[in-house]
Amino acid sequence: MIRFENVNKTYPDGTEAVNELGIEVEEGTTTVLVGPSGCGKTTTMKLINRLEEPSGGAIYYDDTDVTDLDATELRRKIGYVIQDVGLFEHMTVGENVATVPDLEGWDRERIDDRVEELLDLVGLPAEEYRDSYPSELSGGQQQRVGVARALAADPDVMLMDEPFGALDPLTREELQDEFLDIQSEIETTIVFVTHDINEALKMGNRIAVMNEGECVQYDSPTALLNNPATKFVEDFIGPDRTLKQLRVLRVEEIMESEVPDEHRTVVDAFEGGEDAVMADGGELIPVTPGDSAQVALSRCIQADVEALPVVESADVIGVVTETAIRHRQAEEAS
Amino acid sequence: MGVLDLLGATWTYLLANWGNFTTLLIEHLELVFVSELLAIAVTVPLGIIATRNDRAKGTIETFGNVAQTIPPLAVIALMLPLLGLGFLPALIGLFTYTLLPILTNTIAGLESVEEGTLEAARGMGMTEWEILRRVRIPLALPVIFAGIRTSTVLNVGTAYLAFFIGGGGLGVWVIGGIKLFNTPRLLAGAIAGALLAIALDGALALIERQLGSESESGQAAAAA
Repeated sequence: MIRFENVNKTYPDGTEAVNELGIEVEEGTTTVLVGPSGCGKTTTMKLINRLEEPSGGAIYYDDTDVTDLDATELRRKIGYVIQDVGLFEHMTVGENVATVPDLEGWDRERIDDRVEELLDLVGLPAEEYRDSYPSELSGGQQQRVGVARALAADPDVMLMDEPFGALDPLTREELQDEFLDIQSEIETTIVFVTHDINEALKMGNRIAVMNEGECVQYDSPTALLNNPATKFVEDFIGPDRTLKQLRVLRVEEIMESEVPDEHRTVVDAFEGGEDAVMADGGELIPVTPGDSAQVALSRCIQADVEALPVVESADVIGVVTETAIRHRQAEEAS
Repeated sequence: MGVLDLLGATWTYLLANWGNFTTLLIEHLELVFVSELLAIAVTVPLGIIATRNDRAKGTIETFGNVAQTIPPLAVIALMLPLLGLGFLPALIGLFTYTLLPILTNTIAGLESVEEGTLEAARGMGMTEWEILRRVRIPLALPVIFAGIRTSTVLNVGTAYLAFFIGGGGLGVWVIGGIKLFNTPRLLAGAIAGALLAIALDGALALIERQLGSESESGQAAAAA
C-alpha cells in the first residue's frame, strides 16, 4: 500500500531527519512508527501525504511515486489526525466533519448522512453534537471529532500523529480502545506515530522502532518483545518486557476449549451466579477471548484461583489457566 | 453665561441653521465612510499579501506605520500642495490616516490562526486559497472588524480637519465657531460629532458581535 525505498530527508539547515528508510505498510494494517522525540517519525509520516518532500529515495502509494501525484488529491484520499486536533473553531462539529466531503463537492444529503454516521461511530450522537462548537467540547470529545473528520471521505489511508498524546491517561485509554473497535469495523490502513511504546504495542500490527532517522527494527509486537534487534530497542521497550508480552498476548491464543476436570470448580462457580464469590472471599471475574493475558493473570491473582472461565456472549467457551500463561511466557523468554 | 443657557443657545442655533447642519453632517459622514471603505478595500488585501510573504510584510507594515506617524493635520495639510482644495484631497488625507489600524488588525487576525489548525487544513487537502477563504479569513474576521471599528471612530474626529483644505464637514462649524467666538456654533458642531462617534462605535460593536455568530452560520451555509 505504502512503500518507502531508501528514503532520505535532510532539512535545509543540515538536519538529517530520515536516513535510508525502507519499510512497507501493508493494506488494512496499523503500522506504528515509534521512537524518542527527534527520531524522524513525524517527518516520515508527513512524507506520505507530501507535507514534506523527500531529499532522496521514493515513497510509493499503490505503486505510484507520491511526487508524481497531485498533492491536494493525494491528501484528500488520506485521513489526517494530529495531536493538536486542529478543529476549525468557527465551524460546528458537523461542519468540521463535513470538510473534505464538502471540498470534494458531495451533495448535501450525502454529506448529512455521512456526518451522522461518523458522529455516531465515534460516540458523539449527531442530534446532540452536530451543531455544537469545538470550544464547547472536552479534549477527548474534540479528538473524537478530529477522527470523524479524518474518516469523512472514507480514506484509503489514515495518518495519525500522536492523536491521543494530549489527553489524560484515562481518556487516552478509552479513545485507544474505541479506536481499535472502529479500526476492526473499517479496516483501513493506518500509519500511527507515537513516542509511547505501550501505545505502539497496543495499537500496532507492525511496529517500526526509529532512532536518529533510521528504522532500527520493523516487526510485529510479539516479535519485537521477544527478539529486540539491538540494545536500543531493548532499552526502549524497558525492563518490564515480560509484563508487556503479557499485554500483547490474547486470551484466545492460550485458552483451552475443553475444560479439564481440575478446573471444573471455577466454571461451576461462575455459572452458579453472575458475580461468583470463591470460598475464601476472592471475587471471580471471567475474561473474554479478546482480553490480554495480563488481565487474565491479574484476575487469577485477585480471585486466588489457578484458572478463569473464558466467556463469550454469556457462554463459557473454555478456560485460561495461570500455568498456560506462565508456560507461554517461559517459552518466549527462552 | 451658565452651562444650561449655553446649551439652550446651541439648540436654538442648531434649529435655526438646520439645513446648513444637515449638509455639513452628510459631508462629514461621506468623508468618514468613503475614506473608510477605500481603506478597507486597500488594506485587507495588503494584509493578506503581508501574511503570505515576509519581505512584503516589512514594506507594508512600514508604509502603514509611516502613514500613521504623520500627525493628521499634517496629512491633511500635505494634500493642499499635492491635490489642491476641496472634498477629494480631504478624502485622500483621511484615507491615508485610516490605513494602519485596519492593516495591523488584518495581519494580527490572520496570523493568530493556530498552527495546528492550518496543519490540519493542509493535511486534509485544502489548497492555500481554500485555507484562506474557509479558515483564515473567517477566523480573523472579528479581529479585522475590530480594526475597522477603531479606525472609523478615529476617523470621525480626524474628519473635522477637512475644513482646513475646504473639504467641508462639521469642522466648518467648530473651527469657524472658534474663529468667530461663536460658542453655540462651535458647540453644535462639536457635540454632534461626539454623539456621532459614540453612536457609530455602539452600532459597529453590535455588528462586531453579530459577526462572530454570523461568520459561523455563514460557514454553515457554505459547508452544507
